[in-house]
Amino acid sequence: MGVAAGDAQPQFHVLAVDDSVIDRKLIEKLLKTSSYQVTAVDSVSKALEFLGLLNEEDDERNSEFASVSLIITDYSMPGMTGYDLLRKIKNSTSLKDIPVVMMSSENIPSRINRCLEEGAEEFFLKPVQLSDVSKLKPHLMKEKSKEIPGRCSSSSQQQCFGPASSICI
Amino acid sequence: MDRNHLLRQVAYMKNSLFDQGYLDREQFTQLEELQDDANPNFVEEIVTLYYNDSARLIQNMEQTLVNRPIDFVRLEEILHQFKGSSSSIGAKKVNDACTQLKEYCSAENTEGCSRTLQLVKQEHAVLRTRLETYFQRVREAG
Repeated sequence: MGVAAGDAQPQFHVLAVDDSVIDRKLIEKLLKTSSYQVTAVDSVSKALEFLGLLNEEDDERNSEFASVSLIITDYSMPGMTGYDLLRKIKNSTSLKDIPVVMMSSENIPSRINRCLEEGAEEFFLKPVQLSDVSKLKPHLMKEKSKEIPGRCSSSSQQQCFGPASSICI
Repeated sequence: MDRNHLLRQVAYMKNSLFDQGYLDREQFTQLEELQDDANPNFVEEIVTLYYNDSARLIQNMEQTLVNRPIDFVRLEEILHQFKGSSSSIGAKKVNDACTQLKEYCSAENTEGCSRTLQLVKQEHAVLRTRLETYFQRVREAG
């Protein structure tokens, strides 16, 4: 993780979910080239674990991460699909404001509409290009400008206010 | 050999791959654009990753066609993964062969599937050789 000395701009952390090792490598590089910090996982269950949702207990954040600013996920995956992940995120009180972007190699309008209706910000057709990744920034900046209550890590469970892009644990 | 000569060879080989339809110009160029000081061998790495991963997928597809009854659903699932990776690295002819295979698979045409899977394997192997030579020249050119 190389952050240049004197780099005042905080990096956005993107969680990428794709079962294909090639596509994970590609999306990771696309995101890093665009100055995002990246965590790439190969399944929805690993993504949920990372996000602390595996136990479906929104109040308990068991995860070790600091913050996720955006989730980008493949649609078709064995087991739980990207659509399942999208629904879980949007139905989660603590995570519903994280922008979710879908990727798919298949151009199926009904699928695309369903995802957008469920709250996905964008739907990228694979192979994903740098020009697609450049479309992510507005969704992140929009969230950053909002202030939402988050849960602090202190056991007193005080509500704290902070930028939407960083979620207190 | 003179470096300029090697660089010209590299350019020539790459253009041949594009012109002959082996590689998708746009996608492969995108991969090259992602290569930087932090990842100077990104393209070769991702291609190597592809060949390691896709060998397994091809084997799995062959296995589905050996089993009785043939599980066309499973074949299509594996093919979907394989086609996805192939298009990510811009493997054009491989991708086109996959499209044909997908059609035979949907039609549950055993003979068609066997035939086109052989075609997929063939294109996959030809591209591998071409890319190995290409990357060797790239390395020589520095």
